[in-house]
Parts: sequence; structure tokens; C-alpha cells
Amino acid sequence: MDFKDTKDEAKFRNKCLDWLEKNASYKDESTPQNDDFANKDKIAAAKAWQKKKYDAGWAMLHWPKEYGGIGASSMERIIWANEESKFDVPKGIFEIGLGMCGPVMMEYATEEQKGRYLPAMAEGKEIWCQLFSEPSAGSDVAGLKSKAIQDGDKWIINGQKVWTSGAHFSDFGILVVRHDPNEAKHKGMTFFFVDMKSPGIEVKPIKQITGGSSFNEVYFTDVEIPDSQRLGDIGDGWKVAITTLMNERLAVGDADGADVEDAFRWAKTQDSQGEPLLNNGAVRDSIADWYCQKSGLKNTKLRTMSALSRGDTPGPEASITKIVSAGKLQDIGNFGIDSLDMAGMLRADSMDIKGFQNAWLGAPGLRIAGGTDEILRNIIAERVLGLPQDPRADKGIPFKDIPTGN
Amino acid sequence: MNVYFTLTNTFFMNLDFSNDQKFLQEEARKFLEKEGALLRNRNVLENKSYIDIELWKKIVELGWTGIRIPEEYDGLGLGHLELCVIAEELGRFLAPVPYSSSVYLFTESIINYGNDQIKKEFLPKLVSGDIVGTLAVTEALHAPSASNINVTYESGRLNGKKIAVPDANVSTHALVVAKSSKGISLQIVDLSSNGVSIEHQETIDESRGHFSITFDNVEAELIGDEVSGWEIYESIINQAAVLFSYEQIGGSQASLDMAVNYAKERYAFGRPIGSYQAIKHKLADMYIALTLAKSNCYYAAWALSTDASDLPSASATARVSATKAYQLCSKENIQTHGGNGFTWEYDCHMFYRRSKLLSLNIGSLNNWKEKLVTSLEQSNIN
Repeated sequence: MDFKDTKDEAKFRNKCLDWLEKNASYKDESTPQNDDFANKDKIAAAKAWQKKKYDAGWAMLHWPKEYGGIGASSMERIIWANEESKFDVPKGIFEIGLGMCGPVMMEYATEEQKGRYLPAMAEGKEIWCQLFSEPSAGSDVAGLKSKAIQDGDKWIINGQKVWTSGAHFSDFGILVVRHDPNEAKHKGMTFFFVDMKSPGIEVKPIKQITGGSSFNEVYFTDVEIPDSQRLGDIGDGWKVAITTLMNERLAVGDADGADVEDAFRWAKTQDSQGEPLLNNGAVRDSIADWYCQKSGLKNTKLRTMSALSRGDTPGPEASITKIVSAGKLQDIGNFGIDSLDMAGMLRADSMDIKGFQNAWLGAPGLRIAGGTDEILRNIIAERVLGLPQDPRADKGIPFKDIPTGN
Repeated sequence: MNVYFTLTNTFFMNLDFSNDQKFLQEEARKFLEKEGALLRNRNVLENKSYIDIELWKKIVELGWTGIRIPEEYDGLGLGHLELCVIAEELGRFLAPVPYSSSVYLFTESIINYGNDQIKKEFLPKLVSGDIVGTLAVTEALHAPSASNINVTYESGRLNGKKIAVPDANVSTHALVVAKSSKGISLQIVDLSSNGVSIEHQETIDESRGHFSITFDNVEAELIGDEVSGWEIYESIINQAAVLFSYEQIGGSQASLDMAVNYAKERYAFGRPIGSYQAIKHKLADMYIALTLAKSNCYYAAWALSTDASDLPSASATARVSATKAYQLCSKENIQTHGGNGFTWEYDCHMFYRRSKLLSLNIGSLNNWKEKLVTSLEQSNIN
């Protein structure tokens, strides 16, 4: 074991750092990052940063040259992300497009379409979103009902999507819909990309329990999509969607927000009946647990990186990341609020208290987004431990005959 | 905000064992499997023999007692990482041998704190198995500390009583934590000396023997110095914690594997119980706890092998997460097996017993959590 970059890795890291230092400033760790990315200034700033990276060749390192990348290795990608994360630069706007829509376009779009859309995506000129979930199709996303009816060389789309991050500022979206409810559930779907400015698309922000709105409902009323924007064959919608969801699992990682360092620092100074809170045995017990979780995730990531660095395929260990970090976030938020005793309900001015309250309010969403705690446990059980699937009530019958409840 | 305590600006690209180390682990696994180590453990438990001498002799022949001992003292001259992979396999098969006492605690102490003469006297015989050692610290039904050690060392003689000493029946020597007018010190005692009496104490895991040792004016040999014995003891424990953690993750993995296999084969209501989410989620939680512990063990192994400055927090982190993982995996393995899991006949209880025993051997979960938070306070992370 040793923890040094290889010569090439070190050289690449220096190159990254060199450019970043010239073009951005280091994060000030004392100001918490604001996750409200929906306002216009933030979008403009994010686009400007993406363009700057694109012009210098840093935007999409692992993409092929013709779409703005340099065909970098996974390791180089991680090194870049590591270094970039030290700098105060905008994030949260392009992740879905570049992380999920891009790879699907790369695999299924025509050469002409790739040339038209991928560089614009990499450059940050156009923002993309992902239109999969529906009101009655969440964890069971293949239960989606939005309809596509073929009409000559175009399709007419009707229905509703939900939980669409960034739909309100996106230019394009990838979309999976049902073209034939008489087919079995996973066979009757087809995949498209769609211009979000198309007539008949209506985007309504969803107000979350945090009070913010990063998701939307998206309504489709007789929206026309040219057949040329179909990705994959008719009926292959699920197969194409799975490609995207696999990329989502890689993209959704650590839950950002208050962590054990914050809890520790807070407990050192917060008064508890005349003593620092950190002297309380229950608090020490929790801090030990959170520290072990945090270190466990960090070291798990290092194991994954070690495999990538060697050119091996990483093991399944990274599958635990979101379950552990979202739960920890919720517990730490809860702890911070409790530490104020009867005053814990007050929305105070302190950055620390805000951090704990935001963690507590935001964590329920993180335990659901990108695979609920329960679905992720099923995935670990079935794909990692090899346990058999549940018997299913929706197999081998036409989609329209599957019981739906309300 | 999210600055990792000790890893800032350091990038770890090789948090893994080398191919040679993996090969050694594979060989160790094959050996212990072929020797039927798990069945041997059951026999030891049932016969109350406290050790499988035959297996221990074979382990000595393989050279495992000398892994970290330098070649000049007849050892293999390998590192801590090799010791970690062996520990994991011993844990997986519940091998009923005094390896943890003699190697992680006694041998490591001689290597780290013995002077040349002590090394010359002990190390070659530890390799050959002529010397087997253990560590004696506990004296009463509470955690030992620098302020409650009552075994005395005065005028070259040891007096008092230690309890819950592992493997004392097969040990030739013990490292004893004692107090004198100067302070706490560590003393090496030849257990065949006049004035030593050893008595068996019944435990929750009779596959490993634990004993009381009474010292009545017994001659002893100082290791380290006469005042900093407690600090030395703490340091020995901090290092050994990494190796105990590896035994613990080996046992956790074996418990998880048992539970997964059973859940695939056992049917209820017309289908494998492993197809029910109640079981799936339980097993996923075991996998999660084990993965966190394993990753922390990797880091602690690195810290141990390089004597990193954050070894105290790294080893406590590994120890806490490995203890929690093993306790979870071993108890839920019984639960997954239903009524069968509660029978003497099934192996589940042997892992349950060993998980508890290992969680106590170098101090309880609470104490290790406290050590962890204290080490975070000392490194003043925020």
C-alpha cells in the first residue's frame, strides 16, 4: 500500500491545479455552499465557468475529442474532479445533462445529432434534463404511463413527468414514454430526446419541504417529437433508460451538508448545562459512530480509486455511499437542532445552526432521490449478495392489465 | 466544511494489498479450510481443551508466528500488512489458537519495546513456538486504567492477581502491567516460575481459554521503562487493535456468507426467504456495516504499516467499526437462521460467541469510542 500518485498521475494533477489556480479561487471553507441554483445569476455564472473549461479542454475530459473531450482515463477524471472541488466554482446545473443525457446521446444518437448536441452540452451552451419519473412511477419507474402515439414521421406525446431537476431552465430533455400499453410492462416503452421549448410542454416547479424548488412537474399536451429524435428502436425504451440509470447511480454519491466535523466543532463550543456539549457521553458516542461512517465512506472511495488507478474494475463497495451518507446527514442535522434544546425550533442567523436545520430538512429528499434507501438495499441484496428477486405481480401480462391502485 | 480530518491534500491511489499479500491470504484460507479450522473450533469448545495444539503446531511450521520478526531472529521479516491478511483468515475460521495473544500482543511488544538482549532471548523462540506469550492487564470486573492497577512490582518481585488473561495455560510467558512506587511498568514473567498459579475461568466463549494468574513474589524482567508502562500498554493496544479488527472483519464476512447462503436455500411460504425484503434489507445492512469496517481496516493497516501519526484515530476507527460489524453480522446471522440458528448444532453461535469475545479482548466498544473521540480532540480537528 502506498498513497502516492503515479508519475503520470502527478503530472496530470499538477496540470489541473495549474490551470485552476490561474482561473478560479480556492473555496473559503467558512461559507457554506448555497444549493439554490435556480436563479438567473447563478445559471449565467455556471454557464460562463463551463465555457471557460470547455475552451481550455477541461469540460468533459473523458469524452472523445470531436465532442470537446480529450479521451481521458477514469483516473484522470477523478483527479480533475478532486482538484476542481477545492475551488469556489459553480456546480449543480450540468451534472444531469453531462452525467446522464450525454452518455445516452453518445450511445444512441446519429453522428449528425452527436455533432450538433454534444459539444453544445459540453460547452454549457445548452442545459439538459431527464424526464423519467411520473406521479405513479417512482421507484417502479417502468410503471410510467405517459403516452406516445406515432403519426407518420413524428410522435404525439401526452402525459406528466415529475421530479425533473432543472426542467425550468433546461433546453433539452431525455424522455421515456409508453407507445403500447398492450405490450408487457418493460417492452412497451420508447425513448426520445425533446426540445423543452416545444409547444405543449408546461413546467411547474414543486415546492419542497425545504421551501426551495429544484424539481418540477412537467406536463405534455399533444407535444410533437420528430421520429429522428428517437433513441434506440421502438420498444427499446427500457433498455436505453437503464443505461441512463446506471450512470445516475455513479453520479449520486455523497450527501453534501453538515458532517461530523461540523458536529464536532459545534459540540466543543455549545454549552450544555455549564459544560461543553462534547463532554456528554451520548454526544461522544454519536460522534464516534459518525466519524466511523464518514471514514468508512472516504476509505471505500479510496479503494475504488485504487482499483481504477490500476486499471481494474472497482468492486461493488461504492453501492453503500448514498444510504450511509444520507442517513448520517439526517442524524447530524437532528443532533445539531436538539443541542439548542427548547430554542432548537428557531431559525437563527448562525451558519452552523442553519447548516444543521438545512441538513435535517434536506436529508429526507436525499434518502429518496436517485434510489430510495429501500430500493438501494434491494439492489445490494440482489446484485451484490446474489439474493433472488421478489416474485412480481406485473410479469407476463399486458401493461394495461397490471393492478395500479390509486 | 467537508475537509477530511487527516487526508487533506493527500491522494491515496493504492489502498489495497499487493498481489503477494493477496496470495498469502489465499494460501492461508486454503490451509485453514483444509485443516477444518471451524470444526476444530467446535471440538475445542465441546471438549473444553481451550486450544487445538495440532493446528497451532502447523501454524508455527508455516512460519506465521514469525511474520513480523526480522530475519536475523529467524523470522520472515515481513510487515504488518502480511499480519493483517493472516488475521482476517484466522477470524474467518475462528481458529482456536493463541495467535492474537502471542503474536499481536506479546511478540509485537518484544519487537517494539524489547532491548537487544530481550529480542535475542525471545524472538527466535517465538518463531519456533518454544515461547508463547500473552498479556495480563485486567484485575477486576471493570476496565483497567493507570489508576486502578494493583499488581505490584517492588524489589524485582511481582505480587497480585490478574484475571481474564487469554491463553495463559499454553503460554510460557506473560507481559504483566504492574505498578511500583515509580509508576506503571510492563514486566515479562516466565509462567513456570515459582509463585505463579494459573486457574481456568469459565467464559462466554470456551473455544478460547481465559485464566486468572496469581503472582506470589515472582521474579520479573522489565520491558520499556519503569514509569511509562501505561503509555506503552496503550500503544501496544492501539497497534493490536488493527489486527484484532482484521480478525473481526474475517468473522463478519463468514457470518454474512453463512446468512446469505442460508437465505438462498431456506424456503418459506413457497419461496426462498432471501426473496423477502425483510431478510434482504437485514443482509444489506450487514454488508454495509462490513464494508465500512473493511475500508476503515484498510486505512488502519496502512497507518500501522507506516507508523502514521494518525494511527491512534485510525486504529480506533477500525476497531469501533469492526466491532460493530461483527456484532451485527453474528447476531443477525442467528436471526436469519431462525430456530436452527439457536441450536448448538449450527455454527452460528460460535461466531456470536467469538464476536463478543473479540470485542472485549482489548477493551469494549464504549472504551474504544471514547478513545476515538479523545484522539480527535487531541488532533484538534475541525
